[in-house]
Amino acid sequence: MSEVVLQVFRGTTREQGELKEYRVPYVEGMVVLDALHYIQANYDGDLAVRWNCKAAKCGSCSAEVNGKPRLTCKTRIDSLPKDEPIRVYPMRAFPLIKDLVTDVSWNYEAKKRIPPFTPDKNTDWIMFQEDIDRLQEFRKCIECFLCQNVCHILRDHGRKDAFFGPRLMIKIAELEMHPKDILDRTEFLRKEAGVGFCNITKCCTEVCPEGIHITDNGIIPLKERVVDRYFDPVMWIFRKISGRK
Amino acid sequence: MEKYETHVHDVLVIGAGGAGLRAAIEASARGASVGLVCKSLLGKAHTVMAEGGIAAALANVDPQDNWKTHFRDTMLGGKMLNNWRMALIHAQEAPDRVKELEEWGALFDRTKDGRILQRAFGGHSWRRLCHVGDRTGLEMIRTLQERGIHSGIDVYMECTITKLFKDGERISGAFGYWRESGRFVVFKAKAIVLATGGIGKVYKITSNSWEYTGDGHALAYEAGAELIDMEFVQFHPTGMVWPPGVRGILVTEAVRGEGGILRNAKGERFMERYDPKRMELSTRDVVARAIYTEVKEGRGSPHGGAFLDISHKGADFIKKKLPSMYHQFLELADVDITKMPMEVGPTTHYIMGGVRVDPENGASTVPGLFAAGEVAGGMHGANRLGGNSLSDLLVFGRRAGWGAAEYAKEIGDNTLKINEEDIEKAARELLQPFENADGANPYIVHQTLQETMQDYFGVFRVEDGLKKGLEELEKIKRTASRLKIEGSRLFNPGWHLCADLKSMLIVSEAIAKSALFRKESRGAHSRVDYPESDPEWGKYNTVIWREGEEMKVGRRPVPEMPDELKQLFTEVK
Repeated sequence: MSEVVLQVFRGTTREQGELKEYRVPYVEGMVVLDALHYIQANYDGDLAVRWNCKAAKCGSCSAEVNGKPRLTCKTRIDSLPKDEPIRVYPMRAFPLIKDLVTDVSWNYEAKKRIPPFTPDKNTDWIMFQEDIDRLQEFRKCIECFLCQNVCHILRDHGRKDAFFGPRLMIKIAELEMHPKDILDRTEFLRKEAGVGFCNITKCCTEVCPEGIHITDNGIIPLKERVVDRYFDPVMWIFRKISGRK
Repeated sequence: MEKYETHVHDVLVIGAGGAGLRAAIEASARGASVGLVCKSLLGKAHTVMAEGGIAAALANVDPQDNWKTHFRDTMLGGKMLNNWRMALIHAQEAPDRVKELEEWGALFDRTKDGRILQRAFGGHSWRRLCHVGDRTGLEMIRTLQERGIHSGIDVYMECTITKLFKDGERISGAFGYWRESGRFVVFKAKAIVLATGGIGKVYKITSNSWEYTGDGHALAYEAGAELIDMEFVQFHPTGMVWPPGVRGILVTEAVRGEGGILRNAKGERFMERYDPKRMELSTRDVVARAIYTEVKEGRGSPHGGAFLDISHKGADFIKKKLPSMYHQFLELADVDITKMPMEVGPTTHYIMGGVRVDPENGASTVPGLFAAGEVAGGMHGANRLGGNSLSDLLVFGRRAGWGAAEYAKEIGDNTLKINEEDIEKAARELLQPFENADGANPYIVHQTLQETMQDYFGVFRVEDGLKKGLEELEKIKRTASRLKIEGSRLFNPGWHLCADLKSMLIVSEAIAKSALFRKESRGAHSRVDYPESDPEWGKYNTVIWREGEEMKVGRRPVPEMPDELKQLFTEVK
């Protein structure tokens, strides 16, 4: 392989934008972001791409490569089919700004609405590793928003008004499970964050570049909390009244 | 002049990494109205890439540790060129800053008895680095970010500041543009805190992200502030060397802290020859020179580095303590570090030099202008110890935020003026590349600059090379005075690079002139023609300042430490 063919989305609206084809010399170990940088330096200096670290630590360079949501800095060219052009699109769940850059500000606005960490004032701050292992898993999140991008509720149904999405679910999970946090976010979780909207298809878990078990370790335990609080007693009363078991 | 937005704050913080966020939180807590500007999205600043840990003498693991030892290690690591007062404040306050981070929600790895775990690192006498696996920076920035958004701070994301304004001698505001729309914005502020990080992107091989273009250094210089110690650029000994696209990406010092061993192509544990006592855990300047020398003398690995091996610690240990290193090598280099060694070599990582500040409150020599974190100079002297950067951000971020809030309070009502002509000039300068009918491609100019800095101002320096390098920089400056770009102002990275290039050229010249000026080897500054440290030079910090259009270089005595602190060093001997 001496050359790579890329088709990169260019434009400021999804309707009028189109794929533009570029030929880029292949260098061993190259990732998609390297190819995008080559395009900027040699063909189109105004190609809009977000990136920061190029080391899979900041979560800025999210895009859809051959239809799959990926970090472009972590997507090796030699891991993609060689006999077809590499197609790079912006994330679909967010409004387009230009080329591969989308407006992800909603994620920040929604996050701000989550009641913050509220520790017990009299704590000694002793915490054991086994009690925080799962939280450290959630805190690996680099906020690439790929999970938000593939979540059906956000992507296909556009319900950002009703559901906070997987990223913010694990944020809430992390706060709720923190051994020193004393706030109860169950009602917030049910009403404002809309945890009930998740139908556990696990698409978010599949795309997470940090390998966080978003659904199994985060969202399902949150759902259980809500169920325990709001629905079990109802069922209990229902059972009492109707006499059914 | 086209319309522009105006925002008014008591304190404007430029940069939203560890130092900027901590400064903003503090200034806000002290009653100031605070604006926080960042070039990227919030939480993506370079702090997110810090891996190994944050140094603080908590003495959780090694009870012998205390602030005195931390202070002494820091000064010795910096070859006594540090501002002693900064090193002292840092060593004394770092433990409180770490505990505060925990109280704000950070979850560090734990000791068996449930306290914050600490690991060994180069140049630290005791196990001192509080950490979260090898993603400590992420933990820190997320904690500060989430504290910050609930502190009443206004955050301005994806906004680049290109100019600071003054009313007479005093800072009065800043000019910038939104990266997304390309439209202009003016911030009126009584005090400004620079927290813009470093300069790594002027070098070809670097562990730094694109944001590291020395904006704060350049803004301060242009506003009339002094820069010190700019010749001291830290080359981290262990960056990835293969494949080409990942060259320079950081391999955390924690690999060596957790027991990693360095070998050359002949299988020799070569650190025995460079620092037999501390071996792999010697200071970064020493290890970087050692690897560089091994490669240069023909004992390098196949791709021009050294072998770093941690596989003897076993797969479970590695995946638990160094998870991101494991994935980084597996996914980007096809190397399973639980089974085979990594190939590593020096990469531009950090600049010790920066804005000369008052150790107590981060004030620069320009009234109203403060600086904290990597953009500030003095704390680390001629060489920074690993782990001292994250603690620096918190300790001095807090102090600069405090200092700026106090200063703003003293000013009282904001009657400071911003000259409309200055705004127009800043706007014209920024739009110039769109007007030019012909000119150089900013990306190519950037590449040329990076190669020049890499070739002449790298790990080893020599007079002829430094002079040649300075001449090359002059040529690049001329080329860069006429840049040509395409497209519109809407999210246009080519245009953004033009603004960044201006900063990069200023810091490159400052590094070059300082490196030529200091005729000795000390810490990270290694002169082939002056291989020894000279006690006379050890009495001075190099200073850069602006006189008209010319960049001047000179020196200023290193502040002398009190006798009771001097004793700490005689005791060692």
